[in-house]
Amino acid sequence: MSDTVLSTPAFMGAPPRIALVGNPNCGKTALFNALTGARQKVANYPGVTVERKIGEFLSPAGTRVQLVDLPGTYSLRARSPDEEVTRDVVLGRFQHEAPPDVMVCVADATNLRLHLRLVLELKKLGRPIILALNMMDVAEARGCRVDAAALSAALGVPVVPTVAIKRTGVVGLLDQIDRSMIAMTAALPPSPGNAPDITPGTSSCGWSEPSALDLRAYHQEVEAILAAALRDAGRPSLATRRIDAALLHPAIGLPFLFLVLFLMFQAVFAWAAVPMDMIDKGLGWVQAGAGAALPDGLLKSLLTDGIIAGVGSVVIFLPQILVLFFFILMLESTGYMARAAFLLDRLMGGVGLHGRAFIPLLSSFACAVPGIMAARTIENRADRLATIMIAPLMTCSARLPVYTLIIAAFVPDRTVAGGMIGLQGLVMFTLYAAGILSALAAAFVLKRTIFKGAREPLLMELPSYRLPSPRDILLGLLERARIFLARAGTVIFAIMILLWFLGSFPAAPDGATGPAIDHSFAGMLGHALAPLLAPIGFTWQIAIALVPGMAAREVAVAALGTVYALSETGDALSGSLAGVLAADWSLPTALSLLAWFVFAPQCVSTLSVVKRETNSWFWMLVMIVYMTALAYGAAFVTFHLSSVLLGG
Amino acid sequence: MIPPLPGPAHAALPSTATRQTPGPAPGTSSDPPAGDDCCRLGALRKGQRAVVAGLDDSAVATPLPPGELERRMIEMGLIEGARVEILHEGFPGADPLAVRINDHTLALRRAEAHAVLVTLG
Repeated sequence: MSDTVLSTPAFMGAPPRIALVGNPNCGKTALFNALTGARQKVANYPGVTVERKIGEFLSPAGTRVQLVDLPGTYSLRARSPDEEVTRDVVLGRFQHEAPPDVMVCVADATNLRLHLRLVLELKKLGRPIILALNMMDVAEARGCRVDAAALSAALGVPVVPTVAIKRTGVVGLLDQIDRSMIAMTAALPPSPGNAPDITPGTSSCGWSEPSALDLRAYHQEVEAILAAALRDAGRPSLATRRIDAALLHPAIGLPFLFLVLFLMFQAVFAWAAVPMDMIDKGLGWVQAGAGAALPDGLLKSLLTDGIIAGVGSVVIFLPQILVLFFFILMLESTGYMARAAFLLDRLMGGVGLHGRAFIPLLSSFACAVPGIMAARTIENRADRLATIMIAPLMTCSARLPVYTLIIAAFVPDRTVAGGMIGLQGLVMFTLYAAGILSALAAAFVLKRTIFKGAREPLLMELPSYRLPSPRDILLGLLERARIFLARAGTVIFAIMILLWFLGSFPAAPDGATGPAIDHSFAGMLGHALAPLLAPIGFTWQIAIALVPGMAAREVAVAALGTVYALSETGDALSGSLAGVLAADWSLPTALSLLAWFVFAPQCVSTLSVVKRETNSWFWMLVMIVYMTALAYGAAFVTFHLSSVLLGG
Repeated sequence: MIPPLPGPAHAALPSTATRQTPGPAPGTSSDPPAGDDCCRLGALRKGQRAVVAGLDDSAVATPLPPGELERRMIEMGLIEGARVEILHEGFPGADPLAVRINDHTLALRRAEAHAVLVTLG
């Protein structure tokens, strides 16, 4: 049907490139894992921030093949930044990236009616396509019988049945990839289909946005193909329907969701405690080792105080982030995540947010950076911006050390409500609740002022429940760990060195009293800021600690230690620092600092990711201004109110 | 865009959408169903089944450009002739809806489901 030969096979030298394309929930990522195993990496596409997943494998014929996993989409008419990448790569519109030589289109065998339309759309591009008929095991279990040969004949493309999650059918797929590549090098045009010609006005790249009419024609074509290839449509998943009858129940659904979230947060703190301790001890050991091996001087200070302490203070959150992502991956791969969005759509709608904003906001409890990046799946730009702007208000794990320190110093360790509730835990919960409520309030205001307009429609598939494969979960976690460590090793590393420089230069003059940081640039900045922060009860020591605290909130704890000239590190520091603080600060000051940390636009990494994701300095500045104003206002009110109430 | 089908509007619906003169829907097959059976997906309750008769997003408030909601709905399987069943309703306000469409399940809000004309059955 298409006689436009769009590209010549480009593997003179470079390995041939194969792209995985398919609807969300078709098992595409499982197939990617089955083909490439751990030989995969994630980078960003140039110019956009959508993650680009690439892996490599050897075909049976011995060719090294590069495999690209494209974001799932229902249509080439892209709606979100993720889907735009899929469209642009498939159409060869990316400047720095040649179009794929072969496309492997993944379709859910139980749901061909919905998935085949994308296959037809891709086929019109005239590039070699293989259809991977995935989830054949589920299809068979449900009595759904697809005749792969008839489907191949009707579609005019090779069809390979697979069960990606169990890695069956992969050999057949690999063989077919080899055959397609050989056919391609022989410069054969793609085999003509028996499809009626429904070509809309074709553009130079053989694709133009289909109209509603074209889409209907595609659907009719799908029906015709299914009439020829679908021997038995099978039954819908009864298990999924029964589970949903409970989990989407008006009375049970939301309580169950909150229970899941509660368990998740328990796990984030409970499971991560031991590995975090080990990382902490390991870092202390490395620091001590480096300290003993190096002569006193700048290099030693840079290595131990700057690099090891700085990067270490971020790496220590790796266990928490992994536990959180373990839950997120589990929720996604079982199919419950879409249900969570369904259950919360109405509640989030109350403040004008999309049900899908739930995932970014949830991730932000570990760290706002992955949270803000997860907002990419939100189609509407205004909804996406609103979500990004409020994500940092969720209490990220980096605020914990600050909260813990101040609570330990100022809140007595006793129980209230008849011994049922610990007072310290109650204060911690209040801080979390303050973050969530203020985020909802901020969304409410934003959606009625800057981001006005009706809500983006909710049109979201609720996939059948399935058991996740441990291997896919593990690979997903490895990917997250790699991304996080890469960031700690680059951006955060550089910022840490800058802040170490600010905190160490100029050096204290000989015979000076007080801590060295007092004489440094950071100290000068702190002293300059002190008058501004006096109305909210901050001492000049706090003002100084806030400067390095810009790198990461928890660094403020270490900086406070430095300012108060304590030499211990880690737990010992927190323990003794709490005592010093309790003696030095008034309670209103401590409460004011807690209020400040709920809102302050902190950590440079978050701000830099906001700049990158929104592709604008403007939104980053808006975030700094609005969050600083909130933080200052909240701290001001807290300080003065508590001063009056406590008679201080 | 497919012109709306004839027949009295459902009581809860804005009247403008359904009072236009119907024309033959290009790209669709069957004749418009009998008027009395026609209502909108957004008005159905849990357990009810129907067949999609047409799409008309003219009365739905949406930030999307005209015709876009219709195209997205077609892409998600809401097309003339599709068998639908309301499986679950959200909370509060029995919104959004989980709708079985042939072989898959779609979540959508009642407001947008009003763009889907259905024949009960």
